[in-house]
Parts: sequence; C-alpha cells; structure tokens
Amino acid sequence: MKDWPLYEVFIRSRSGLNHKHVGSLHAADPQMAIEHARDVYTRRMEGVSIWVVESSRLHASDPMENDAFFEPSQDKIYRHPTFYDLPDEVKHM
Amino acid sequence: MSIGIERVEYVLHLADNALILGQRLGEWCGHGPVLEQDIAMTNIALDYIGRARMLYQYAAGICSPESTEDQLAFMRNEWEYRNLLLVERPNGDFAHTVARQFFLEAFQMDYFKALQHSGDATLSAIAEKSIKETAYHFKWASEWVIRLGDGTEISHHRMQEAVDALWPFTGELFCEAPCESWMRKSFDCPDPAAMRSGWSARLQSVFAAAGLEIPTGNWMQEGGKTGRHTEHMGYILAEMQYMQRAYPGMEW
Repeated sequence: MKDWPLYEVFIRSRSGLNHKHVGSLHAADPQMAIEHARDVYTRRMEGVSIWVVESSRLHASDPMENDAFFEPSQDKIYRHPTFYDLPDEVKHM
Repeated sequence: MSIGIERVEYVLHLADNALILGQRLGEWCGHGPVLEQDIAMTNIALDYIGRARMLYQYAAGICSPESTEDQLAFMRNEWEYRNLLLVERPNGDFAHTVARQFFLEAFQMDYFKALQHSGDATLSAIAEKSIKETAYHFKWASEWVIRLGDGTEISHHRMQEAVDALWPFTGELFCEAPCESWMRKSFDCPDPAAMRSGWSARLQSVFAAAGLEIPTGNWMQEGGKTGRHTEHMGYILAEMQYMQRAYPGMEW
C-alpha cells in the first residue's frame, strides 16, 4: 500500500458550480481513488460529484517564475468587472 | 392490538446487530491499514450506529414507559443481546473485517428490501434508509474481497483464510428465530431463509472474480439471536458499557 500513487481530488459542491480542488489521497487505481474521496472528502455533504486525477499527470507553473507570470496583471485594474453593476440574476461571479 | 414481546425482541435483534457491528468497526478508528480505509470503516461504523439509534428508540417506545435507547444499548447483559454471532467476531486482520462485512451485507441487500414492504411502518422506514447504506457497504466489501482475493499470493491466502474462519457463522443468518417467525406471520417481515438464494448468488459472482473458494462445510454455529453468545461478547460489552455502568445516566 506504500506504493499507491497519489491522486488529486476535485469536488463539485452543488449543481451549477465548478469542481474545486479539495486535497489529495493515495489509492491503487482511479476507482479506489473515487471511493476514498467519497469517504474522506464528502462525509459532511460537501459534494454531488467527484473528479480524481493522478497527481503525476498534473503540470504546474514554476513558482520561480511567479513574478514574470503574475505581476503584469496586478496593475490592469480595468480588466476587473468593477465598473458596471451586475444584475442580481447573475450568480456565482 | 397487542404489541407483543416478540416485536421488541425482533427490533432488538436488528438494533443489536447494528450496534455491535458498529462498535467492532469503530475499533479500527486510528488503526486502519491506510488513512483512507480508516475513514471508510469508521464511516460505515457511523452508519451502523445511526441505524442502531433509530431501532433502539423504536424498541424503547414499545418496550416499557421507563426504557430509553441508552438503557437498551448500554445497560443490558450479555444474554439479553440478540445480535448474530457473526457481528461479534473479532476484527482480526483487515481480511477478516472485510469477510465479516461481506457476508452480512450480501444478506442485508435483499433483507432490507423485503423489510421495506413489511406491515410495520417504522421498520419499513428504517429499512428504506438502510437500503442505500447497504448498497454502498456491499460495494465496499465486495471490492475488497476481490482486490485481496485477486491480489498477491499473501493477500489471497489471508482472504481465503478469513472466509474459511467466518464461514461457520454464516448459517445463523438464515435460521428463523421465534421472534422473526412471529413478525413474519403478524407483520409480513422477511423470512431470513428466503434470502439464501440471493446471498449465494452474490457470493458466487464476487468469489469467482476474486478467485476464492466458497467453503463447503455445513456445520454451523448459532445462538446469538436467542442470547447465547461467543466468548467475545462479554469483552465487547465491558469496553462499550464501561462509562454508563460506572457513571449511570451520564451525558456529554
């Protein structure tokens, strides 16, 4: 059981919302990972749908490059939808 | 209409099964083979404790005015419990726990479906809730029977050993106790013997996938349903009842 791969778990908390990363766990295969996720992450009615993906299949940005990647967006305030009123009907923005 | 001591016995039989198995599974808390299974087993334990509570509350209501769910769960003596011998078997290794769960869930899959159609409205409602839980518990147990049976040489050997060791405790599932027969005649509750064909079919299909042999021995242990328990029962109660015995009526 020590060589079980790591899986990342994504839970959709309600219909209409997107799946959100909630954590990781070990499992022998994807089916077991989904069952483990059910037991570990949805015990308190947190979800209506589960995705799992082997952690080794994820590709991540390099933290060393954070400045180059993310700083340029910090002074572009005009990209935020803050200059007009959203109608109440638009939820989850 | 007479309430009948048989109905109290019958409800206690179902309640005691749930409580004792819940207690057994709870013993894994902090000791599971991996964190994920530790939580899986304690989740199942909590399903069972929840079911036990509903049944004890019902039993207390029809038993006597002064009885309560806590008193029924914690203050009775060994010979007053009506649970199957199977559920009081020790956890053993993980394979024993899986085999015990598998044998019981394979039985309960049909049992609660049948109980749902009984003439007792409370039992019918509890059965309805239990059907969904049982479907998941059965899936959990079946998958582990297959994974271990069809796994390595060691896991196969230990799974087969667990199946063989628990086999003599499966016969009691299908023996109809007097209270069950009374409830069948009065409220159309299930005849446990009628569950055998579905149970055997589940065993055949899962054991075939697991590469395990179904034991053939037909010498069976029984007695739990009428209060004759194995040597393990007293130890379970000693641990489980200690607080209520030492500090009667305590709450937190």
